[in-house]
Amino acid sequence: MKYIIGIIQPDRLDDVLKKLTEKEIHLATVSSVIGRGRQQGVAEVYRSHREPGNLLKKIKLEIAVNEDFVDKTINAIIDGARTGQIGDGKIFVLDLPECIRIRTGDIGNDAIG
Amino acid sequence: MRGLTKKGPLCPKRLIILVIIFWALALCTDAHAAGQEPTVDSGDTTWILVSAALVMLMTPGLAFFYGGLVRRKNMLSVLMQCLMILCIVSLQWALLGYSLSFGPDKGSIIGGLEWLGLKGVGAGPNADYASTIPHQAFMMFQMMFAVITPALIIGAFAERMKFSSFCVFTLLWTTIVYDPVAHWVWGVGGFLRESGALDFAGGTVVHINAGMTALAAALVLGRRQGYPNDISPPHNLPLAVLGAALLWFGWFGFNAGSALSAGGLSVSAFTVTHLAAAAAGVTWALLDWLKHKKPTTLGMITGVVAGLVAITPASGFVTPMAAIWIGVGAGIFPWFVVTYIKTAFNYDDSLDAFGVHGIGGIWGAIATGIWASKAVNPAGADGLLYGNPMQIWIQIKAVIITIVYSFVVGFILLKLVDLVLKLRVSEHEERIGLDLTQHREGSYTLIS
Repeated sequence: MKYIIGIIQPDRLDDVLKKLTEKEIHLATVSSVIGRGRQQGVAEVYRSHREPGNLLKKIKLEIAVNEDFVDKTINAIIDGARTGQIGDGKIFVLDLPECIRIRTGDIGNDAIG
Repeated sequence: MRGLTKKGPLCPKRLIILVIIFWALALCTDAHAAGQEPTVDSGDTTWILVSAALVMLMTPGLAFFYGGLVRRKNMLSVLMQCLMILCIVSLQWALLGYSLSFGPDKGSIIGGLEWLGLKGVGAGPNADYASTIPHQAFMMFQMMFAVITPALIIGAFAERMKFSSFCVFTLLWTTIVYDPVAHWVWGVGGFLRESGALDFAGGTVVHINAGMTALAAALVLGRRQGYPNDISPPHNLPLAVLGAALLWFGWFGFNAGSALSAGGLSVSAFTVTHLAAAAAGVTWALLDWLKHKKPTTLGMITGVVAGLVAITPASGFVTPMAAIWIGVGAGIFPWFVVTYIKTAFNYDDSLDAFGVHGIGGIWGAIATGIWASKAVNPAGADGLLYGNPMQIWIQIKAVIITIVYSFVVGFILLKLVDLVLKLRVSEHEERIGLDLTQHREGSYTLIS
């Protein structure tokens, strides 16, 4: 099992979710986050006071899948999120040792679907 | 947590005892007004009551204007300070302040104690101040001015002042600074009023007065930790915009209500108030656009407030076209001070109470001496552009006297409170935020 984390542009979320649905990946946890990458942030101005390089708004997606779905998930995120501009984001793939469904107590691949 | 519970010289028990003593004192002298001949005009009375309510709304408006500009952890502290001022200054005004400000003159410096506890301030009019409305309506209208003035100062010491010290300072300042200055400028027999200085709705009494003590507060309290580069931006600009909009709305009562009647003069004040605000909002946005490549929302609403400040002393004396020029100046001078002077001298006037109210107020007072016209208000005077250059000098004298008194006495009061109670919260409390450390509350929950 893998735990896939995608950091994407906020306006790409709908497209990414659509692509994931097309690949029958229905489970995702989404949070609104701020961060920065190599492009640095954008300076903001408040009553002439410049705040250089503020952190930028991003969306963080977390998706747990079994091995069969790893590539599909990654491709769906890339399909939905890529604009070709700097700041499109990153995908991290982590090993996932265990997964338990709270309602039934199922574990592992049975639980993850 | 350190510093959350403390038994200082201002423990609640002693405060309550103090308040009871004060109240009992006032009750002894309480009485209703003797029946005066009823020449009350219902239209005028209606407008002044509405205006008093409008000006009352400015203090909560200011609370949200300021609240939106601070960090999340200090949101409630600012709202609490503003609303607590609404409570304690209202009581001070009824018990003592109104008599000190408007009571029978003592040596052109202060009002007497004859109206303590609103004795004799009743349903009949007082011809000295407003002959067509009940004296009590005038008193209530003026109360709202006394309330908002110390609230303006909060902008200079936001995010770092101890709440108990804040309460004591506010009461002292209202009694020792606001009440006398209000008497000088507006009280019958007050020496600035007699000198011919024009201040229609409180540019000197309210804005210069608050602005100068605000500067003193910024200097006495010192900079916030992390100022200027490690302070997060305003936590909720939409709330600040809402607050500014409420201020704009309430300002119609502030200025047009200062006509103390419903008629031509109040309409004229209403018009110039609105135009100056509009001109200053556009001007500040344009200056931001030129310097920072984008017009900022915060800059625009700050300009609007500065314009309202500047037109305040002039609002009963100038034409609509003059108001636009006054608004343009109100966009330029405070912008310049906030942009360059504050940075150059590195003082932390956190929400620009001095920059906007002090500088805007000074500009407005001088501008009144430039554009005032007897054609607008025969009870006023002509200014520089109407052939009376002396009026500027009279205005400048009143400005200087107010600047010196407000700054010096404000400074001394702050030092005094600091000596006895300490003005500032501990470093630890400042880091955690005033909401939790001063009030044991939080503004926002993360979930649900």
